[in-house]
Amino acid sequence: MNLSRKWLHEFVEVDVNDRDFAEAMTMSGSKVEVTEDLSRRMHGVVAGRVLSMARHENSDHMWVCQVDAGGAAPLQIVTGAQNVREGDTVPVATDGSLLPGGVEIRTGLLRGVESQGMLCSLKELGLTLHDYPYAIEDGIWILEEGDVAPGTDIRTIIGADDHVVEFEITPNRPDCLSVIGLAREAAATFGKPLRLHTPEVKGCGGDIREHVRIDIDDPVLCPRYTARLVKNVTIGPSPAWMRERLRNSGVRPINNVVDITNYVMLEYGQPMHAFDFSCVEGGHIIVRTARPGEVIRTLDGNDRALTENMLCICDESKPVCVAGVMGGANSEIVGDTAMVLFESANFDGTSVRRTAAALNMRTDASSRYEKGLDPANTIRAVQRACELVELLGCGEVVDGVIDVIPAPFPETTVPFEPERINALLGTDIAEEAMRTYLAPLGLAPQGDVIHVPSWRSDVSLCADIAEEVARFYGYNNIPCTLSGGGSSGEGYTPVQKFEDLSGSLCRALGYDEIITYSFISPAQYDRIRLPADSPLRVSKKILNPLGEDSSIMRTTTLPSLLEILCRNYNNRNRDVKLYELGKTYFPRPDGLADENKALTLGAYGEGMDFFAFKGDVETILRGLRVEGVRFVAERENPAYHPGRCARVYVGGEYLGVMGQVHPLVAANFGADCELYAAELKMDALFAARGAEPVYRPLPRFPAITRDLALLCDEDVSVGSLTECIRRGGGALLRSVEFFDVYRGKGIPQGKKSVAFSLTLRSDEGTLTVEHAEEAVQNVLALLKSELNAVIR
Amino acid sequence: MKEQLEALREASRALIDEAVDVEALEALRVRYLGKKGELTALLKQMGKLSAEERPVMGQLANRIRGELESRLEERRSDLAARAQEEKLREETVDVTIPGNVTRLGVKHPMNTVLDEIKEAFVSMGFDVLDGPEVEYADYNFTRLNTPANHPAREWTDTFYFEEDSSILLRTQTSAMQIHAMEERELPIRVIIPGRVYRKDEVDATHSPMFHQIEGLVVDRGVTMADLKGTLNLLVEKLYGKGTVTRFRPHHFPFTEPSCEMDVQCHECGGKGCRVCKGEGWIEILGAGVVHPKVLEGCGIDPNVYSGWAFGMGLERLALRRFNISDLRLIFENDVRFLEQFR
Repeated sequence: MNLSRKWLHEFVEVDVNDRDFAEAMTMSGSKVEVTEDLSRRMHGVVAGRVLSMARHENSDHMWVCQVDAGGAAPLQIVTGAQNVREGDTVPVATDGSLLPGGVEIRTGLLRGVESQGMLCSLKELGLTLHDYPYAIEDGIWILEEGDVAPGTDIRTIIGADDHVVEFEITPNRPDCLSVIGLAREAAATFGKPLRLHTPEVKGCGGDIREHVRIDIDDPVLCPRYTARLVKNVTIGPSPAWMRERLRNSGVRPINNVVDITNYVMLEYGQPMHAFDFSCVEGGHIIVRTARPGEVIRTLDGNDRALTENMLCICDESKPVCVAGVMGGANSEIVGDTAMVLFESANFDGTSVRRTAAALNMRTDASSRYEKGLDPANTIRAVQRACELVELLGCGEVVDGVIDVIPAPFPETTVPFEPERINALLGTDIAEEAMRTYLAPLGLAPQGDVIHVPSWRSDVSLCADIAEEVARFYGYNNIPCTLSGGGSSGEGYTPVQKFEDLSGSLCRALGYDEIITYSFISPAQYDRIRLPADSPLRVSKKILNPLGEDSSIMRTTTLPSLLEILCRNYNNRNRDVKLYELGKTYFPRPDGLADENKALTLGAYGEGMDFFAFKGDVETILRGLRVEGVRFVAERENPAYHPGRCARVYVGGEYLGVMGQVHPLVAANFGADCELYAAELKMDALFAARGAEPVYRPLPRFPAITRDLALLCDEDVSVGSLTECIRRGGGALLRSVEFFDVYRGKGIPQGKKSVAFSLTLRSDEGTLTVEHAEEAVQNVLALLKSELNAVIR
Repeated sequence: MKEQLEALREASRALIDEAVDVEALEALRVRYLGKKGELTALLKQMGKLSAEERPVMGQLANRIRGELESRLEERRSDLAARAQEEKLREETVDVTIPGNVTRLGVKHPMNTVLDEIKEAFVSMGFDVLDGPEVEYADYNFTRLNTPANHPAREWTDTFYFEEDSSILLRTQTSAMQIHAMEERELPIRVIIPGRVYRKDEVDATHSPMFHQIEGLVVDRGVTMADLKGTLNLLVEKLYGKGTVTRFRPHHFPFTEPSCEMDVQCHECGGKGCRVCKGEGWIEILGAGVVHPKVLEGCGIDPNVYSGWAFGMGLERLALRRFNISDLRLIFENDVRFLEQFR
């Protein structure tokens, strides 16, 4: 909403500068986005009278003019325009002047002749033909603004001595999308009286009912329709003062009748429409929804296909207006319009919003209607429009008003409870002060009841009154206290601390944290080679996604990770390690989702191979105190390298999967290098975490270390050897560490040599070599019998 | 005899002084002081001396032995020190060669900001909750006092999973206010960070997924003044003591009175500059006193209890905090970007 301060001044006198005005209005709830002093767009441009004109001696088209610009001596100005005559009053940009757009004008020579300024066109003053329809486009603006003294600042003539304030009005306050609404707020904010004006229409006799019939077929979508008729209309430009106010409010002047409707909309916040009454067939206005297949050409010249939920203003045969959005070309006000029907109606906000959205034509009218307007305002607005018709002398207003109100509007009352208001605000505001704040808003309590005015549909409860009181008491005068809401004092939960730790561990290992979108493309499942029948493909599907690429909720975080990994790869970032703590979303029977957190890791680059990556995973698990982890070869997961993938378990609990990404999958994401990834379930990790550590006495007796080199078949895994050694070693065996695998010279084909270091120790006493040997022999016996592994 | 001893003393002294290493010293010790050494040999001749000479010579010989021993020892430690010095010299490195750095990973800048805010609230006794993103429209809108025809509910604005618009991707963490009031004992003092979704095309300032942090306090006698006090404290924790704030009236369906909170622009101190777009203030959050209808809808009597709530967008805070110009960078996760926030 752009507010002209000159216009505002008509209703309330606020004499503060723009900055103070903006500050005070913002703090009382009408947020000011920006203010502009229009006079700063230009200076030094005055009205001048052309005293004489002579041909330029060095040019066959230029003129040398002597211009009375109000100074002691006339100015000599050279112009190339051909529409200027002696005696004309024209805008003169004098030496040192500034034009809109930042152009400075200086005295200079034009083909050898001094020119002490410039005569201006409309465009050079930032104006258009809409502002001054009598001017011409490609020539100097010859002023027809009455008796203008030479030297008069052009800004006072064109209304550029105004200040414009742009407000951001919250959707609960459509009443403030008007000069009067903002004037009421300004009056309350600055403690000044609000001077409202009741429109008076003289009328010319007759009776509108003899000409017009109005029926509302859909009272839900149209709770009120008010109309008046004007005859003997003379279409022409509206007066300068009206055009200035429209222009300063950001509305383009068109002609007197249309300008009046826009003027009233800006002043009262009530959109209006003017029909050429001769085009309303049967003189019968019917407010109804569109019929199947109906089409209307709107004022912007486009044909609009209407649907059955769109409310229209129709005559007996056709729609003549899309209600609250835009009029039809078939009843447009044109030069020879003789009878005008002014519509001032109330429409359902949602309906208007949806129609405007469906037709992709949000207008000044629709954006007001969609917030829900005051139905009591229609009559005031139509009266004001007719008053202006008489003021402008552009028509005769037929007596009578048609005002169709299908159902009465309920009145809202709210009890005035000062104590409760103070209790909510944490203040100690006196009841009298509250009354003072409320009165200028039309909310003055009568005793202990507040009758809410029709334009304040946002007020219905004590809390609403509390906000009104707070706004004018000043939000910043409310004290700052700290009480209430005693907490459980838990701070972070164990799960939250666990998540935090997992992130710290990843970072300690050099993994950077990423954040990826929760929704993905279904094609991502193909890219990670999920089988067609994979349960992971059963995803929550967004019915109205932005696009296919973000249309389903991911059931796996792998594609998101791979996408980021490969984006980095393609950006030639070397040696990348990433992690994300993000959710997956599995459909639930109740329509919601099981949202599970996953820790996803990914890496590529120098030094990164299966065991480097596995080492990182193991380090993280150890850091999270997840002990007894088993890695089981996984050959079936199609996203991973069949020979370099492991499922991760603790006991029987599945924690996740890790390994080298299948080269085909990597290629699907655009990478031709080895990628490594792990997907770990946070809830399983959390459940598998070990107990808090407790102190155990340090070993009192020395340990014995034995290295074993075992010869076994190629397909016997280190994991199974380790597990076998553990079992065979019994209580004395404190640790088994794998340290080498060897194939080649001295090792038969199909065999390998695997080396372990065993540590044995007793808590009872110093272990004897014999006891240790006994344990080692048990180990070797078990290895031989179970895995056919023998010492080398 | 005496001459012999004196000669030995002189000769050995010179040799000891000339010895270049510990081995040479040892050889000298054996040569003079060993069982078959020269001094020992001289002493063996002592028996041939007269009774008067014997103690005199004996004394002299012992003095010379002592001298030799201490001279040897002195020289040995001298040589050892020199050898140590030599070794250290050889071990000298170019300290300007870079060390073997372990590259630490980086927290995402958004989560850095989030963690600071969480810390601030936890220190003020708030609990941190997590909640569902696939949510009932009821929780996201209806029970937050949002009218059935509110524009935010349109399919052009919100992502839906059901034709009847009953299940959606939450558009605001405020949905968790309802869960908190339903599921937790009173009094309530919680914050809820999380992902939220709105149907905005990706550009420099928009993303269909972004993050918010919600706060809710419900207790007997909670006031707007408490809201101001707590949020001012938050701002002090985030931006330092003495940071100036202001509260402006605003509108949210689920709070009344509602406000927005601005902090004075750190760049210009309120005069107005490019950072604050000339306003002198930077908006950081929306807040308000919990709407009585919202309390009622959760079975909490608004005549007995009251509350306040706030919601803030994290991306904007992170962008401003780190001077990031484009929101897309947040979700592109290029390591060259991430590394900057070490």
